[in-house]
Amino acid sequence: MTSQVIIQAIISGILMGLIYALIAAGLSLIFGLMEIVNFAHGDHLMISMFSTFWFWMLFGIDPIFSIPLTIILMAFLGVFTHYFIIRKILNSTMLIQICATFGLAVTIRALAQFFFTPDFRTIKNPIIQGKLEIYGIFIGYPQLFASFICLFAFILLYLFVTKTETGTALQATSQDRQAAEILGIPSNKMFALGWAIGLSCVAVAGSMLSNYYYVFPDVGVNFSLFAFVAVALGGFGSINGSLIAGVIIGIVESVGGLLIDPSYKLLYVFAVYLLVVILRPQGIFGRY
Amino acid sequence: MNLISKELLQAKNEPLNYFNKNSLIIIGLVVLGLFLYPFISPSKFALHLLMMIFMHAVMSQSWNVLAGFSGQISLGHAIFFGIGAYASGYFYTKFQITPWVGIIIGIAISAFVALLIGIPMLRLKGHYFAIATLLIGISFQVIFQRWSEVGGSAGLYVPINRDSPWLSMQFHKSKVSYYYITLVFFIITFFLVWLLNRSKLGYRLKAIRDQSEAASSLGIHVSKYKVIAFIISAMIMAPMGSIYAQYVLIIDPNNTFSVDISILVLLISVMGGVGNIWGPIIGSSILIPISEFSRIYFGGTGRSIDLIIYGILIISICIFRPSGIVSLIPKSFREREKAK
Repeated sequence: MTSQVIIQAIISGILMGLIYALIAAGLSLIFGLMEIVNFAHGDHLMISMFSTFWFWMLFGIDPIFSIPLTIILMAFLGVFTHYFIIRKILNSTMLIQICATFGLAVTIRALAQFFFTPDFRTIKNPIIQGKLEIYGIFIGYPQLFASFICLFAFILLYLFVTKTETGTALQATSQDRQAAEILGIPSNKMFALGWAIGLSCVAVAGSMLSNYYYVFPDVGVNFSLFAFVAVALGGFGSINGSLIAGVIIGIVESVGGLLIDPSYKLLYVFAVYLLVVILRPQGIFGRY
Repeated sequence: MNLISKELLQAKNEPLNYFNKNSLIIIGLVVLGLFLYPFISPSKFALHLLMMIFMHAVMSQSWNVLAGFSGQISLGHAIFFGIGAYASGYFYTKFQITPWVGIIIGIAISAFVALLIGIPMLRLKGHYFAIATLLIGISFQVIFQRWSEVGGSAGLYVPINRDSPWLSMQFHKSKVSYYYITLVFFIITFFLVWLLNRSKLGYRLKAIRDQSEAASSLGIHVSKYKVIAFIISAMIMAPMGSIYAQYVLIIDPNNTFSVDISILVLLISVMGGVGNIWGPIIGSSILIPISEFSRIYFGGTGRSIDLIIYGILIISICIFRPSGIVSLIPKSFREREKAK
């Protein structure tokens, strides 16, 4: 095995990891705000992939141009989800919260199977295709582009949360809901905003993924599992943590698959999760 | 001490968790009716439906024991279902050991696996434990898909045996024997859980669930009891896997270690009422007919109408009645008792 193969694996791991990171950031943001794990996160990713697919299929809009449309759609879906479901279970037990988001996941996936059938679909001839070769290392343009866009979205998210007034209000709500309310920050609106942003992250990742990934109703399952791992690894509620964690997971997945056995890829990532939660439950950047 | 005795009082006042004379008579009549039911020669489908309801009630009760008694939410309970199925199927296929012994082997292996998973994992709290069990459940599926000794992803085909139905636990002529086997397991399980609910162990577990710090300051070894609850829960689940394997005679990792089973048992419990021993029966009697009937009317074409209904029902339960459907019943019971 040459070093070239290993570098190739690391690079494709980083590229995939940046996508995991953005998905995880959305999950982490929602968790940080209201301590609810969105178990339907992967299915929201699936919706945004299908949305990109249908924009392309019905109107011929290429994935890179339909990103804003998908973002708007998912942001509305987030607000909608918050308003009709999450708002009502905010004060319930953790079990009920888990169950509600799981119920949402089951419903979304079943609806997708009902309307779209379990077929695998792909977007044919997107604008961005082909691959780049540097010193015998191949990098697909769609993957490269997707990672750049995800990283860019991540930076925007970070700037929004830390630099703008609304972002600071968001942080205040996630630190202490009551205190923030006393200061005049409406927590309900902040939660809705959190859901809108969380699902927008997924929208970006989903539209970029559908450039080169199959689109089918169960596509979100593995992505959401990796997002859980990334969120636990980075620390629940820490957005910066999820960036590093996402990249680590991408590298573990691809290098582990290369060195040991690709059919156990999932297990390496799960092993990382178990090690982290047992040894350092607060995660790398955890705030607990 | 105060907290524990309060818990004791509460448990005594939960109307459906203890029996008075009238409810004992009703339960006796229902059980008798279920035992006599096959004699009025019902359709194969009716037997199948009841069997599935019993089976899922037990599976969900297994989950409920863990969640209701120790407060830990497992999203990987299919592990024990799969182990049960593989234990009886594998030992029968390879060594011709009767599935009855296989069931016991399955229970033993499940208990051991629960111990191994439970000791490190049950220290985790809340979401960490839930996600850990979800991931471990999927890991089991991945491992069994690649494990050639147990048939890999194609799974095991239990060899057909027509000579000795009881010894091989295969009944090809009618479903009545399967019906009785599941009914007996169903009754035994519910009786044992009812006993557990009233036992010292049960009170300790509930004390841990409600006030783990207070319980621990009273000298209750919190993590030890959580592991015990996990083991009991695993031991309830395993036989259902074995019976299911003997019923369909095909054991494959995609069906037995499926995340769908883990989620279904959770949904049934939440539907009925978590922490109440009647919850799983109620939840299973509502949800299982939905999936069986939708399979008849809409066909099993992957157009998962039953799942759409499940999902919507569960979300509505979470929003409008988080304590489950069972909470509709005790109220009227309580009022009647007061009137006395």
